[in-house]
Amino acid sequence: MPETITERGSRSGAEAASGPRTDPGAAGPAPAQEAAFEAKIAADERIEPRDWMPDAYRATLVRQIAQHAHSEIIGMQPEANWLTRAPSLRRKAILLAKVQDEAGHGLYLYSAAETLGTGRDELLDKLHAGRQKYSSIFNYPTLTWADVGAIGWLVDGAAIINQVPLCRCSYGPYARAMVRICKEESFHQRQGYELLHTLAHGTPEQHAMAQDAVDRWWWPSLMMFGPPDDESAHSAQSMAWKIKRHSNDELRQRFVDICVPQAEILGLALPDPDLKWNEERGQHDFGAIDWAEFKEVLRGNGPCNDQRLDRRRRAHEDGAWVREAAAAYAAKRALGAAGPGEAA
Amino acid sequence: MSAGTTGTDSGADSGTAASPGAGEWPLWEVFVRSRRGLSHVHAGSLHAPDAAMALRNARDLYTRRQEGVSVWVVPSAAVTASSPDEKDPFFAPAADKPYRHPTFYDLPEGVRNL
Repeated sequence: MPETITERGSRSGAEAASGPRTDPGAAGPAPAQEAAFEAKIAADERIEPRDWMPDAYRATLVRQIAQHAHSEIIGMQPEANWLTRAPSLRRKAILLAKVQDEAGHGLYLYSAAETLGTGRDELLDKLHAGRQKYSSIFNYPTLTWADVGAIGWLVDGAAIINQVPLCRCSYGPYARAMVRICKEESFHQRQGYELLHTLAHGTPEQHAMAQDAVDRWWWPSLMMFGPPDDESAHSAQSMAWKIKRHSNDELRQRFVDICVPQAEILGLALPDPDLKWNEERGQHDFGAIDWAEFKEVLRGNGPCNDQRLDRRRRAHEDGAWVREAAAAYAAKRALGAAGPGEAA
Repeated sequence: MSAGTTGTDSGADSGTAASPGAGEWPLWEVFVRSRRGLSHVHAGSLHAPDAAMALRNARDLYTRRQEGVSVWVVPSAAVTASSPDEKDPFFAPAADKPYRHPTFYDLPEGVRNL
C-alpha cells in the first residue's frame, strides 16, 4: 500500500515522518516486531509514532482519538449558544475562554491522530460525512443559562474521570495531549460548579433553573462512560493494549460517588430515586440507565444530532475562503521572497 | 543504517513553508521556552499556511496560560530523525562504555572532594 506510506510521510508530524517503513511487498508482521511491541506494552513503556505497531492498535487509536477530537469541537456548540446571552461580562469572558479551550483540545487531539498517519482533513471529512462519531452528550440542547453550569460540573466532570487515566495511555502522543487537556479541564469544571452554586443559592426561580438543568444532564452524563462492561465492544482489547486503564462501569461508579457530596453542597438533588449509599460495597447504588435512549442518540436520533452536524459543516464551508486566502497570501509571499527584483 | 533519514522522504507533495497551495496547510512543530534560563521544549504540532501564521497559531494554541516566553516553529518536513528502535545499532556504541560515568571508578577510603 504505497499510498498509505506517502500519506503517512507527508501528513504526519516529524515524530511520525520518517518511521520505519513496512516493505510494501512484505507479507504479515515480522514476529520480532510484534514481540518488541508486546514487550513495551508489558513493561508499561510508551509506544511512539514511529514504532512498529499492529494495524488494529493503530486503527483503534485513530478511531478513539478522532472521536475524542470531534467531541471537543462539536462540544463548542452547546455552550457557544449562550455566549451572547451570558448574564455578566465576567461570565462571558469565562465562557469565551472555555469554548476557546475546547477548540484547542480538538487541535491537540487531531495532532495526536496525525502522528498515526491520518490527516486532519481526512478526519474532518469523515465527521462531516457522518462516518465518525462524537460523544453523544453533545446532541442534547442547552435550554437555559443553568445548562452552562451543568455542563461544566457534570459533563466536564465525567470527561475528567474518563481522561485522567488516559494520561497514562500506552500511546505517547495521545497521553501527552491528555496531560495538557486535563490541566485545562479543571477550570472548566470549577467554573460550572461555581455557576450552579450561585444559581442554586439565588432566587427560587434561579434555584429551580439550576435543578432543572441537573435533572436533564445527570443521566446523559452517566452515559458518557459508555455501555456497561459486558456490552462494550472494544473494552477488552483496549485494556490489554493499555489504551484504556479502567472499565466503563468502574469509572461511572467513581463519578457517581464523587458527585453525590458535591450535589449536597450545591443544595441540588440528583434525579435518581434509587441513588443511595451502600454500606457493604462502600459505594453508592444507583438506578438503571436508559440504554435505549443512548442507542437512539448514537444512531442519530438525539434532540440535536442534525443541528450539530449541519452547524459544523456550515462553519467549515463558510471558513473555506479564509483558508484559501491565507494559502494564497503565503504563496504570494513565498514567491516574492524568491523573486529577483523584490527588494523589500 | 536508519540514522539520518530525512524528515519526509515521501516526495515533493510534503508541503513545506515554501510550497503552500491547495489542500491541507503544511505541518509545523512547535517548541516553547517556558521561562528564561530553560531550553525550548517540543510542545506539539499544528497546521499553518506560513511561518508567520504558524507562530500566531502556536501562541493561541500552546500559550493560552502564559506557558511560554518564547516560541519556535519549524516545518515538520525539515526535521531529520533517528530510528526509534532501541535495538538499533545507532545507539549501541554507548552501551558498553560504563567508564564514561563517574560511578565506574573505585575510590580509596577517605578521599574527599573528588
